[in-house]
Amino acid sequence: MAESGRARTRVVVVLSGKGGVGKSTTAVHIAVAMARAGKKVGVLDVDLCGPSIPRLLGLEDAVVMHGEEGWHPVYADEEKRLCVMSIGFLLPDKNAPVIWRGPKKESMIKQFIEDVCWGPLDAIVIDTPPGTSDEHISVCQNLQKSDMHIDGCVLVTTPQRVALADVRREISFCRKVGLPILGLFENMSGYVCPHCKECTNVFSRGGGESLAANASIAFLGAIPIDPQLQQCAVL
Amino acid sequence: EVEGERPADAPESCPGTSSTDAGKASACAGCPNQKICASGEANKPDPDVGVIRERMRDVAHKLLVLSGKGGVGKSSVACSLAVALSENDANQVGLLDCDICGPSIPTIMGVVGEEVHMSNLGWQPVYAEHNLAVMSIGFVLPSLDDAVIWKGPKKNGMIKQFLKDVHWSDITHLIIDTPPGTSDEHLSITTLLADADVDGAVIVTTPQEVALLDVRKQINFCKKVKMRVLGVISNMDGFVCPSCSGTSQIFPADSGGVEAMCAEMDVPFLGSIPLDPKFARACDEGKRFTDQWPTSQTAKSIGNIVEALTGRLDGGKNK
Repeated sequence: MAESGRARTRVVVVLSGKGGVGKSTTAVHIAVAMARAGKKVGVLDVDLCGPSIPRLLGLEDAVVMHGEEGWHPVYADEEKRLCVMSIGFLLPDKNAPVIWRGPKKESMIKQFIEDVCWGPLDAIVIDTPPGTSDEHISVCQNLQKSDMHIDGCVLVTTPQRVALADVRREISFCRKVGLPILGLFENMSGYVCPHCKECTNVFSRGGGESLAANASIAFLGAIPIDPQLQQCAVL
Repeated sequence: EVEGERPADAPESCPGTSSTDAGKASACAGCPNQKICASGEANKPDPDVGVIRERMRDVAHKLLVLSGKGGVGKSSVACSLAVALSENDANQVGLLDCDICGPSIPTIMGVVGEEVHMSNLGWQPVYAEHNLAVMSIGFVLPSLDDAVIWKGPKKNGMIKQFLKDVHWSDITHLIIDTPPGTSDEHLSITTLLADADVDGAVIVTTPQEVALLDVRKQINFCKKVKMRVLGVISNMDGFVCPSCSGTSQIFPADSGGVEAMCAEMDVPFLGSIPLDPKFARACDEGKRFTDQWPTSQTAKSIGNIVEALTGRLDGGKNK
């Protein structure tokens, strides 16, 4: 995929283990930040059952074109700094469930990594579903076979115990498959009441930071709950 | 479309072992399973479906808790339902955690670290109350910090064991918690319980569209596998500030909300539960929230939902 003499596309995988902690939102914001800094970035959504990326980037009605060389990703901006691939673009009916067992999911992820005409990108951010299963194994295996450079993964958690338990397992997954951990975000860390401006720790607080310290992982920061965060992921 | 089983050694364009083309399609040429598929052996009903039917025969009510979206509170709602049902001493409740990668039930029920034992009747579940038994992979893992990096077939095998081999004793209600998505676990559970007369599914969501996107798919999954939707619960719906009592929406219903979606999809709306930090903390600590805060709006909301759900369960399976 990389042209000869050109730096390899760098890959960051966004993981959690736990669902609903803001993986997709984080993935989008990382990609948008890179694009705003002048980089050419791709976002690959491998959450096949619950693809959120198209909606977060306002691309729900986009359609993927298929050429001789493969699928063309959808561009989120006119300058073509940010391109996206998601199964969300391939479903004729957005409400139809993707009820696939492991082998078919693996096959789709392989196609996403090998058969999409990403072009010369500086980076790809990969959004994943919760868990440590077929999709995660498949992403790691196919990335290792590709010519992309795997920088590592960013873990997202919320502060409370039920989330941290899943993220600890995700850390164990990363270590087992040799995926470097770039750091961990604690998301939904506090909610500021719009009426009185008092901050309430709705999902507890500080758990992510403690986990990062205990696991010797870089703590990338705590992000408060902001209902507008999801609406702001546009270039 | 629903994906039938594709063996690991089958070609990529395998039609699936349950397809009418199994063993006969052009893609089947050269496949090591071609003969088996063509003979129809691979498509014969799984005898364990009958074993599970027998296991479930005397369980009056069986329901799944689904979402599609992760992190909406499936497990905490499943536990709340189980606890509420167990408050009636006439009920014997079983709570089965089928989230193999992220088992939360032991934490929420306050039974982390318990072990399950095998007897001649099967696996003995862990009792969280005298009439509330729990089974989860969390009790079986040597270390809760180790990832369960299992592909579909291994997860399916564990779920089959859970449904087949757990000795629930004489339970009246079985609540089955599931992971997010519509994948191996969900297909396995619905297939293995196909003859077990399941009451239906309770679907949990949060109000915002990014969750409803997945929930609509989940509702359509239920329709596809002929699983009745008992109702949808809107969780984390509204926040009351403990300082000023002002209300706000942390997860705004940016597309009309859950009730509108239920009307659109023609499924019942069971009610909503507010976002309550005390509830989240009780789940983390394995404490019984409705015992600690029985007069809270959250406890009342849960009570109303349980009442609505019980009415639908008792109202008969054909409604």
